[in-house]
Amino acid sequence: MTDTSLLKHAPQIGAEAIALLEQLSNASGVSGDEGAVRALVLEQVRPLADSARVDALGNVIAFKAGTQGDARPKVMLAAHMDEVGLMISADDGDGLFQFQVVGGIDARQLAGKAVLVGKARIPGVIGARAIHLTSPEERRNTIPLSTLRIDVGPGEAASRVEPGDRAAFATRFRHSGPSLMGKALDNRLGVATLIELLRAAPENIDLTCVFTTQEEIGLRGAGAAAYSVQPDFAIAVDSTPANDLPAWDGTENARYNTRLGYGPAIYSYDRGTISDPRLVRWLARTGEEYGIPFQMRQPGGGGTDAGAIHQQRAGVPSVSVSVPGRYPHTAILLARLEDWQNTVRLLWVALRAMPEGLLAEE
Amino acid sequence: MGDLVPYLKELLSLPGLSGHEAPVMDVVRRAWAPLSDEQRVSRMGSLEALRKGRGDPEQDAGASRPRPSILLAAHMDAIGMMVTAVVDGWLSFTQIGGVDPRVLPGQPVLVHGREPLPGIVVQGPDFLAPEDVHGRPHPLERLWVDVGRTAEETARLVRPGDLISYDTQPAELSGELISGHTLDNRASVAAVTHCLEILSRRIHDADVWAVATVQEEVSFGGGYTSAFGIRPDLAIAIDVCQAQGPGTSEAHIPHLGRGAVVGKGPNIHPYIQRALVRVAEEMEIPFLSRGMAAHSGTDAYPMQVTAGGIPTGVISIPLRYMHTPVEVVSLKDIRRVGRLLAEFITRLDRAFVDNITWDDEP
Amino acid sequence: MKDLIEKFTQAVGPTGYEDAVRALVRAEAQPFADEIREDGLGNLIVRKGMLREGGKRIMLAGHMDELGVMVTHVDANGFVRFTTLGYVYRQMMVGSRVRFLNGAYGVIGVEPSTDSERVPRWDTYFIDVGARSRETCPVRTGDVGNFDRPLQELGTRLVSKAMDDRIAVAIMVAALKELKDTPNEVYFVFTVQEEVGLRGAKVAAYSVDPEIGLAIDVTDTGDTPKCETMDVALGGGPAIKVMDSYLVTNPRLVRWMERAAQKIGVPYQYEILTAGGTDAGAINETRAGAPSICLSIPTRYIHSPSEMVDYNDVLNAVRLLVELVSSPVVLE
Repeated sequence: MTDTSLLKHAPQIGAEAIALLEQLSNASGVSGDEGAVRALVLEQVRPLADSARVDALGNVIAFKAGTQGDARPKVMLAAHMDEVGLMISADDGDGLFQFQVVGGIDARQLAGKAVLVGKARIPGVIGARAIHLTSPEERRNTIPLSTLRIDVGPGEAASRVEPGDRAAFATRFRHSGPSLMGKALDNRLGVATLIELLRAAPENIDLTCVFTTQEEIGLRGAGAAAYSVQPDFAIAVDSTPANDLPAWDGTENARYNTRLGYGPAIYSYDRGTISDPRLVRWLARTGEEYGIPFQMRQPGGGGTDAGAIHQQRAGVPSVSVSVPGRYPHTAILLARLEDWQNTVRLLWVALRAMPEGLLAEE
Repeated sequence: MGDLVPYLKELLSLPGLSGHEAPVMDVVRRAWAPLSDEQRVSRMGSLEALRKGRGDPEQDAGASRPRPSILLAAHMDAIGMMVTAVVDGWLSFTQIGGVDPRVLPGQPVLVHGREPLPGIVVQGPDFLAPEDVHGRPHPLERLWVDVGRTAEETARLVRPGDLISYDTQPAELSGELISGHTLDNRASVAAVTHCLEILSRRIHDADVWAVATVQEEVSFGGGYTSAFGIRPDLAIAIDVCQAQGPGTSEAHIPHLGRGAVVGKGPNIHPYIQRALVRVAEEMEIPFLSRGMAAHSGTDAYPMQVTAGGIPTGVISIPLRYMHTPVEVVSLKDIRRVGRLLAEFITRLDRAFVDNITWDDEP
Repeated sequence: MKDLIEKFTQAVGPTGYEDAVRALVRAEAQPFADEIREDGLGNLIVRKGMLREGGKRIMLAGHMDELGVMVTHVDANGFVRFTTLGYVYRQMMVGSRVRFLNGAYGVIGVEPSTDSERVPRWDTYFIDVGARSRETCPVRTGDVGNFDRPLQELGTRLVSKAMDDRIAVAIMVAALKELKDTPNEVYFVFTVQEEVGLRGAKVAAYSVDPEIGLAIDVTDTGDTPKCETMDVALGGGPAIKVMDSYLVTNPRLVRWMERAAQKIGVPYQYEILTAGGTDAGAINETRAGAPSICLSIPTRYIHSPSEMVDYNDVLNAVRLLVELVSSPVVLE
């Protein structure tokens, strides 16, 4: 019989945690330029961890030793700090700048968006030809990326923008009813989750929380971090699409990936990783035994930092758990507070009540 | 560097396709041997030359901290082709690295069979092909190499797996430009050589590993393995980048002859990027900055994520007509890259390495 | 040898779920191994011999995993939607039989298409497991299966599912049994997750840290009607890989294999594969580098449920492999 009283000790997502998520969501952190997010993370984790350092890739590696027993498993949790965004590529003059996309953004998501350019967060907009000037034929096609510009206005601001600067969506975070809305919730939700877990670090494990860089452009940070950390096993904590919208023809949507409100998504297989089946069983069993809602993410495409982590050195058993979110890789993502809460709860309870010999079973 | 042109022409006249770099390595080794203290060949076949740090008597007296070390990676391998079958004296072939089949018909090539055989890439008459390709380029699989021997002789001298290299002679163009096949990336090998020559007249703290890497064009194999074997404090990839020329219009592409290109982006550590810019400005070495949104397309890509991560920089030489047999670069740019590297290395000390951080924060 | 081939090809081990194959290999290899271990991803690492004068540390790699399916959704009527583990040709799917690890069995069907010329989209395929509703369906999201197909002998040709790469597993086990004395430290590594990107071999190579890598895997042939030009034929002998999408073989290793084949009179062919790769590509770039090559078994209809090899090529591959690892390695 499982003692579910443990649940009472799991971290609760309250107003403070949501306020931190808001700060994280609003900060700019386009892949390779995660500085502003890193600063927030360091400020949070330094008082919580035994040690926290920044490595050559810009990952934050925070370690907290457990206190229980003397052969504690070494667990690595990874959440990426970076977000998809834009990079200035050339100056057209008059405050207009050409740009490239960093990470996977559908070109149909860009026109008509406000952005913030560079560390100085210079406001800019991505406009589009007015409807009056377009033909019906033209309106059937995607506005080509090559015609879009970031407009910061002429003069002083433009002189502070240069090629290589990143731009992020200017969306402000909102908490509305049961939902959270904001840019970069993929994966600031994961970042915030790791901070909450570090705050309530289970004493039976040696926990390393890694806040990784450059996930969106090829899982670049996580691999190097896992090489240094050398954990016994790893969990990537991320955000995954909830494509739970109706199909055009009214038939059953069989390709939702995940569904909002069904709890954390456990991965068995994505393009980058076949999760260690023992870890999948462990997480699912924890959910079932403690009555924490969870869903199996539909196997197939996509990927997380686990893809890089599990191939380090002699191999690191890995699994991923994500908070489902609608409309990722756009200016605004929508997630449910309840799913986030259950993600934190599932991970914490699973770690705290981790069975001995988890990786010994076949 | 008075003898840049003959040295470069010698480099350009040799094959050394990816995975088969031995012919060009001998020439590089001859140039680097007098400029370095040790040379070795890695298991992969990369040439690794160490020029030891000099000066700073404290270091020489066996101080507790090792000298700073820097790895300069310039790949020496070339794109080319490989025989896949010998059919009645005709050679069918595939590519090694990225070859545009549209520039192949009519190219003089060298087939490296039991003896070197001059040959021509040929495209058959349209009437032998299906109608949908009439007047259009024939795909690679339908091109042949004709070595002008009898079918029997060809079958005796050539077999599947034999290499085919471009046989175009290098040419000096007006305005200090040089043309030839494999300027990608022998131009950078020449720039590193130039750097070592300057360093041979300087005092520098840092141990300098000049590495002529292999297999960049197919898998970045040399970059991964030499960085792992050497494990330097920092690494710089020297490679070519696209230059403005006929057929290019993108504003972010740099012009030939206007200086070294210093890369900025996620594949580049910002501390190193800023230091390179600072040195270039201080020494009045013409340079351009260029944003690289994700993959730099150079050995910096593998080196950055080697082991626990290595801070990397990217310096490029603008080049027209990439991967054709008539690539063009400016000799001035080659010298500038060599100078910039040498000036950077001269200033490199332990304190620089200790201070490499991602952000401006303490 | 045929018994080994049947045993290994018929075992169920979709990529990432190789447990059953690993257990079979372990049982066969145990009596002949000097050391046997498993790593974090499930590679089985079997050592034979200790490094002696003139010897090298050699890693052999044959992958245990095969193509498979994983359930993504069960619809209201009990039909199973799925994704594949590894690359499967859609045009070979309809009518294929699927065996799930939990014992459930099904057949693949497809929604009708309006365009008979084109191969239907992935998400129009489904598995019928005989269920009538979501509630009575014996599988659920995340469950794993493989393609079921028996071994058949057609003269000297052998056909089965999972020849890729259980034929190598059989060859390696046979070679292990024959290998008596060697100056080399030979690691027979039965790898996992090759079909999804050479993942097992990469981490196994990190821990074995070999001086030379030698993968054994299948390769395409150019001897079927109107196929792409390729100078490899079934029955022409094992093939020496010169290049593929992940590897340009070090020329000294090509010569090493040529000389060994010539010495024992085994016919051989040269392989240049323009699309695809093997574990050798991953071992090659491990740590500071481990020059690698692949001994390829000519195979028709790769990545279909009916992969065909020639028995003589297989026997010759065993002989060649034993010769390669039992003598001092000379690279020149």
